[in-house]
Amino acid sequence: MDFLTLLQVLDSSLRLATPLLLACLAGLFSERAGIFDIGLEGKMLAAAFLSAAIAATTGSVWLGLLAGVGASLLLSAIHGLASITLRGDQIISGVAINFLAAGLTVVISQDWFGQGGRTPPLLSGGRFEPLSLPGAVPAKEISQAGPFMQLYSELLSGHSLLVYVALLMVPLTWFVLYKTRFGLRLRAVGENPAAVDTAGISVVGLRYAAVGICGVLCGIAGAYMATALQAGFVKDMSAGRGFIALAALIFAKWRPWYALYACLLFGFLQALALRPDVIEGALGFKVNVQLLDVLPYILTVIILAGFVGKAIPPRAGGEPYVKER
Amino acid sequence: MGVMPKWADVVLVPLISLIIAALLSALLILAIGESPVAALKLMIEGTLLRSSGWGYMLYYTTNFIFTGLAVSVAFHAALFNIGGEGQAMMGGLGVALVCLFIPWPHWSFAIIGASLGAAFFGMIWAGLPAYLQAKRGSHIVITTIMFNFIAAGVLNFFLVGALKPKGSMDPATANFPAATHLPTFEDMAGLLGFEKMFRAAPANVSFFLALVACVLVWFLIWRTPLGYEIRAMGKSEPAARYAGIGSVKIIMVAMMISGALSGMMAINTTQGESERLILNFTEGAGFIGIAVALMGRSHPLGVFLAALLFGFLYQGGAELALWTKIPRELIVVIQALVILFTGALTLMVRRPLERLFLSLRRGG
Repeated sequence: MDFLTLLQVLDSSLRLATPLLLACLAGLFSERAGIFDIGLEGKMLAAAFLSAAIAATTGSVWLGLLAGVGASLLLSAIHGLASITLRGDQIISGVAINFLAAGLTVVISQDWFGQGGRTPPLLSGGRFEPLSLPGAVPAKEISQAGPFMQLYSELLSGHSLLVYVALLMVPLTWFVLYKTRFGLRLRAVGENPAAVDTAGISVVGLRYAAVGICGVLCGIAGAYMATALQAGFVKDMSAGRGFIALAALIFAKWRPWYALYACLLFGFLQALALRPDVIEGALGFKVNVQLLDVLPYILTVIILAGFVGKAIPPRAGGEPYVKER
Repeated sequence: MGVMPKWADVVLVPLISLIIAALLSALLILAIGESPVAALKLMIEGTLLRSSGWGYMLYYTTNFIFTGLAVSVAFHAALFNIGGEGQAMMGGLGVALVCLFIPWPHWSFAIIGASLGAAFFGMIWAGLPAYLQAKRGSHIVITTIMFNFIAAGVLNFFLVGALKPKGSMDPATANFPAATHLPTFEDMAGLLGFEKMFRAAPANVSFFLALVACVLVWFLIWRTPLGYEIRAMGKSEPAARYAGIGSVKIIMVAMMISGALSGMMAINTTQGESERLILNFTEGAGFIGIAVALMGRSHPLGVFLAALLFGFLYQGGAELALWTKIPRELIVVIQALVILFTGALTLMVRRPLERLFLSLRRGG
C-alpha cells in the first residue's frame, strides 16, 4: 500500500468519524448530566431527514441545518420531558425515540416527496461543499506533490465545514466541561444531584440544558450525514451510527479527548470495511468485512467488561432525581 | 401506589396509553391526507374479516408472544433485555443447524429439536451479557445492544460464507428438508375438513408453541420458587440478597430464560415460514417485544393480548401499504408511541388518573 492510498483511507476515516464524533459528544453532555440517551440514533436520523428535506425544497443548506437541529431538539424535548420532568425510564424513552424517528422520517418523506422514503438528491447549494484549505493542491495534481503536501491536501484539506466544526467541538467540550462553572455543575449533577440541589442550583434546569446541547449536536451530526457525507436522505441512513457513537462514548470513558480518539478509531474501521482491497494488500490475507463491522461493538463489550481498564459511568446516570419529600 | 385500585392500574393505564397513541396516529394519517376511519376499516377488513388475514396476524402474533415474554421475564428481575433481536438471530442459526444437519423423520420431532437449538443459541447470546452484568458489572442494556450488532455480523458471516449453498447468490442457507416443514394453519384446516381456509398464510403450528410458552412463563413466575426469587430480586435487590437469593444466579437464569424465549421466535419465522435461514428474518420483532411487554404489563395474558394487537397492526399496516399511500412505517410510529406512553410517559397518564380516583374516594 502506498502513502497516497493510506492517506485516502485516513481521509475517509475522518469523514466517517465526524457524525460519530458529534453524536458521541452529544451523548457525553447528556450522560455526564445523568441522563442516559440511547436515542442518539433516532435524533440523528430525524435531523438527517429534515435537513435534507428543507435543503432540497429551499435550496439552502443553512436552512437545512437549522431544520435538522430543530428536529433533533424536538426529540430531545420529548426525552427531557419523559426522563426529567416525568421521571420515566430513560432507556425506554430512548428506544421510543429511535422508533419514532425511524417511522416518522419514512412516513413524512413518502408524503412530501413520494420517492419511497428518500428526499430528492441535493444539488450544490443544498449541500455543504468541501472546503479547500489555502495552498492545497487539487486532486488531479496530488500524485506529483511531496508527502507533506499530500498529507495536507488529501487529509487535512477538502472536507466540508462540519468536519472542522466537529473537530473544534472536542476542545470546546473539554473547556466547557472542565473549565467553566456550568461544566462543573453539569458533571456534578450526573454524579450527585442531591448535592447540587442542596447548593441551590436547579437540577432540572441543568439536565434540560444538557439534553438540549445533546439535541443540537445530534442535529448537526444528522445534517452532516444528509447534506455533506451524502447528498440527500435515504431511509434508515443513520445505520446504527448512534449506537457506535454510544459505544465510542463508553470506550472513551465519558471523556472528550478520548471520544475523539475512539471515534477516529471506529471511523477508521468503517473506512477499512469499505476498502477490503487495501487490507488485503497491507496484510497479505483477506480480513472478513463482517469482523470489521462488528469490531467496534466487540471492543466496547471488552472495555465494558473491565478487561482493559474499567469504564465507570456517571454515578447518577439513568436515575430520575426526586427531591426528598 | 395504593391510590388506584389494581384493575385501574392494570387495565386503564395501558388502555388510555393506547388510546392516546391511536389518536396521535389518526392525526398523522389525517396530515398525510388519508382518512383514519377508512384506514381502520381497511385494517379490520384485511385482518379480521378474512381467514388469510387471521393467518398473517397470528403469524406475527407468534413472534411477538415469544419476544414479549422474553422482555417480560427479564423485566420481572428488573433487567432490561434490549437484545431480543440479536438473540432471535442466533436462535435462527440454531434452528438452521438443527434442521439442516440432523435427518429428522417427522416435523413433530424436528420442532422439538429446533426448539432446543433455538433456545440454546438464544440462551447463550443472552447469557454472555448476563454474565458480564452479574460478574463484571457492565450495564446489561449497553451490552445487549452491542450483542444485537454482533449477532447481525455473525449471521451475515455464516450466510455469505459457510452456510450458503455453493453457486447460490442469495445470503441464505439451503432449503430445509421437507420432513422439517411445519404444518401451516392452511394444512391443519384442511385436515379438519375446512378447505380454502387460511390460504397461503404463514401462520403455523408454532403459534401453539407460543401459547404453551405463555402458560409455562406464567407458571414459572408465579408458581415456582425460582419465579418468586426472580420477582423478589426485581422488587429489591438488597432485600433479595438479605433473604439469601444470589443475585448472580438470578441475573443469569432470568436472562437465559429470556434469551431462550427470544431465540424460539426463530422457529416460527425460519422453520415455519421461510423454511431456510435468511438475513433480517427478525424484522425488528425483538424490539416489538419491548412494546408488547410494556403494554402487557409483563404478564403472560397481557403479553398475549398485546401481541395480538401488534399482530393486527402489522398485518393491517401491510394492507394499508398495499391499498393506500400510508407506508408500512406508520406501524413503527404507533409502536414508538405505545412504548413512549406505556413505558416512559406513564406518569403523564397515571397522575391524572390517580387524582381522579383520590377525588372519587373523598367524594364517596
